[in-house]
Amino acid sequence: MNRIVERQDLSENVVRMVLEAPEIARKRRAGQFIILKIDEKGERIPLTIVDSDAREGTITIIFQVVGKTTAVLARMNAGESLSDVQGPLGNPTEIENFGRVVCIGGGVGVGVVYPLAAALKKAGNHVTSIIGARCKSLLILEQEMKQVSDRLIVATDDGSYGFHGFVSAVLQNMIDAGEKIDRVYAIGPVPMMRVLANLTRPYGIKTIVSLNPIMVDATGMCGACRVSVGGKTKFTCVDGPEFDGHEVDFNLLSNRLRMYSEQEKQTMEAHRCECHGK
Amino acid sequence: MENNSAKPKKEKIPRHAMPEQEPQLRIRNFDEVPLGYTEKLAIAEAQRCIQCKKPSCVAGCPVDVDIPGFVKLIAEGRFIEAALKLKETNALPAVCGRVCPQEDQCEKVCILAKKGEAVAIGRLERFAADFERNLGDVAVPARAKPNGKRVAVVGAGPSGLTIARDLVGYGYDVTIFEALHKPGGVLVYGIPEFRLPKAIVDAEVDYLRKLGVKIETNVVVGRMKTVDELFAEGYNAVYIAVGAGAPVFMDIPGENLSGIYSANEYLTRSNLMKAYRFPEYDTPIVRGRQVVVIGGGNVAMDSVRTALRLGAEAATIIYRRSEAEMPARAEEVHHAKEEGVKFQLLTNPVEYIGNEQGWVTGVRCQRMELGEPDASGRRRPVAVAGSEFVIPADTVVVAVGTMANPIVPATTPGLDTNPRGYILTKDDSGKTSREGVYAGGDIVTGSATVILAMGAGRQAARAIHEYLSRGEV
Ligand SMILES: Cc1cc2nc3c(=O)[nH]c(=O)nc-3n(C[C@H](O)[C@H](O)[C@H](O)COP(=O)(O)OP(=O)(O)OC[C@H]3O[C@@H](n4cnc5c(N)ncnc54)[C@H](O)[C@@H]3O)c2cc1C
Ligand code: SF4
Ligand code: FES
Repeated sequence: MNRIVERQDLSENVVRMVLEAPEIARKRRAGQFIILKIDEKGERIPLTIVDSDAREGTITIIFQVVGKTTAVLARMNAGESLSDVQGPLGNPTEIENFGRVVCIGGGVGVGVVYPLAAALKKAGNHVTSIIGARCKSLLILEQEMKQVSDRLIVATDDGSYGFHGFVSAVLQNMIDAGEKIDRVYAIGPVPMMRVLANLTRPYGIKTIVSLNPIMVDATGMCGACRVSVGGKTKFTCVDGPEFDGHEVDFNLLSNRLRMYSEQEKQTMEAHRCECHGK
Repeated sequence: MENNSAKPKKEKIPRHAMPEQEPQLRIRNFDEVPLGYTEKLAIAEAQRCIQCKKPSCVAGCPVDVDIPGFVKLIAEGRFIEAALKLKETNALPAVCGRVCPQEDQCEKVCILAKKGEAVAIGRLERFAADFERNLGDVAVPARAKPNGKRVAVVGAGPSGLTIARDLVGYGYDVTIFEALHKPGGVLVYGIPEFRLPKAIVDAEVDYLRKLGVKIETNVVVGRMKTVDELFAEGYNAVYIAVGAGAPVFMDIPGENLSGIYSANEYLTRSNLMKAYRFPEYDTPIVRGRQVVVIGGGNVAMDSVRTALRLGAEAATIIYRRSEAEMPARAEEVHHAKEEGVKFQLLTNPVEYIGNEQGWVTGVRCQRMELGEPDASGRRRPVAVAGSEFVIPADTVVVAVGTMANPIVPATTPGLDTNPRGYILTKDDSGKTSREGVYAGGDIVTGSATVILAMGAGRQAARAIHEYLSRGEV
């Protein structure tokens, strides 16, 4: 059992939670994730560890309401408990001083890129962060990102805040301006990662993406999370979650992410009815 | 005895069948297929045993169950004592009575099998264990005096559960670390409810807890803590029983299309996560109409029978050799056939075909014929030129085997493995290249059986006890 210590709405459908998980808090490193399960009948879903506090014995997660599990989780409050939290899982991000790095986060992906940016900054990199959202009210972690970046650029699709346009346009502008970029970290919705990987490829800028396929056990036992990288099948939970964006088959990833869309609709509708009943 | 004339001669009594759910009924539910002996049937079957002075069946049992002993107790109607007799050597009789391949073990060498049919040892074992469990109040033996030493067990499959039971019996403080949220290993995530009800595994695990075994779930050893860190935390010995959990794919084109599962994923969703009860349980599973399962082992049979119960209109096994070479238990193949599974034998998949959405629509196959025997002694299948054809499928389950999961070996310096990643042990004791580290079960042998994994746990328990009793540690 893992207690929810804190719960906070970051935007309309994005929630931040602090969970009690002392051993994970002590062990986790940037780039790793957990699997959580709400109760006896719950499913196992992976979520990135955004932050941790080894002294308090807590970890922070950020999630967007996309299906039944996240919807139920979003309605839970501090003091309530989750039946299972397993982690830390996946390989930690390879952290070195690469020079000048650009950390790009889109939507809830900002939560995933945040610990990377923090670790990269600590390792001496010059960190430029580009964070984006559809509109101002959906933007998350602006202050936190500012603190771990040498420079922060905000972009909104509708122009309601910061740069008017996609994060990819901001990166393109930087490249066009002749800025030296040693590495790009791109984390967000699949279409965004695909666009960014395509953008940097001709310039030969190494681009790391963090993938979010469907998972079950997250220990390499089932293969639900398989992706194709450089033409080879990889299990995201044990070989990733970070891969070279230039090698990833994003089509396959988005197809496989849709495998249960029918069932997801079904549970979401049932869940909505339940909520109305209350 | 005077009533001899009224009684037919013992060897003439045929083996008693166990009542089963009818095929047409059972493919609509996940309830257990065999219903178990009644008391009367059990006694009648037990009376068939001729109580050999030198019982060959015992030699056929990997854990040396006193077979004539427990069978005699059943024949006398002393069911609880029969269960206790079983438990002297077998920690999980209700499980073994269901999933052991008795036809290759104890029953194969039963003297009655020479002239007719073996005593139904497995069914009797199951009966006695169920009888005791169903009474509810399972007796818990007094705890051994704590000896102050701690042993960590990695993995709560049959091997880990067995060694834990034995070690608490010697007085050790034992903690099992399990990666998943539920203990049981393959017993909970792999073997389906209709063959092994999960309530049985839960009861066995509860019993272990009552004996004093501690179980910590959600701990992936190698990630949350390494074997070295376990020693640093004060454990005096570590037993590694992480199974052979990683799925093997065939690496043929289209294998990552949506709708294609490893058997591990398919079965884990259905069994561990109870996806067959979706949406009551949250984990979904694809309820395919045309399901193709690749492979001829028990795992393939479990998958294809699960597919039927999930509502498949057609459920087909594709296997590259003939039925004679199929590694699955004859009983499982028989059950599958009764339930309407189609067998496409001497056939091998070469490619998966998909639609624009990336969903599988068919399996391109090749016909095979049997050539010369290979290293395993089985005749090697060879492709027939120009024999390709397509089997339509909207769901495919790949059940062609498993391999070692590298997490623990990769994070334990000095732990030797063979080239395929299985942990090397010195002898039957499970001793590895690392002092104080023992291993057993599928992670040593490659995927084998429940009873062999348990037997390994048992032997390692003795070896660890001996090692820790030497007083140096
Ligand atoms: C579908 C299926 C059907 C089968 N049917 C039969 C049958 O009918 N009869 C039979 O005799 N055998 C059968 N088998 C084989 C049998 O189940 C195995 O041989 C047996 O379970 C092996 O036991 P084990 O304890 O070595 O490993 P497992 O049962 O695999 O247990 C290993 C445990 O370790 C855990 N683990 C793995 N890595 C870690 C880690 N890093 N840290 C912590 N924990 C970890 C796993 O989660 C798992 O719980 C079947 C297997 C399958 C897959
Ligand atoms: S444990 Fe298995 S082999 Fe041994 S007696 Fe029981 S069924 Fe037979
Ligand atoms: S989630 Fe099962 S292997 Fe990665």
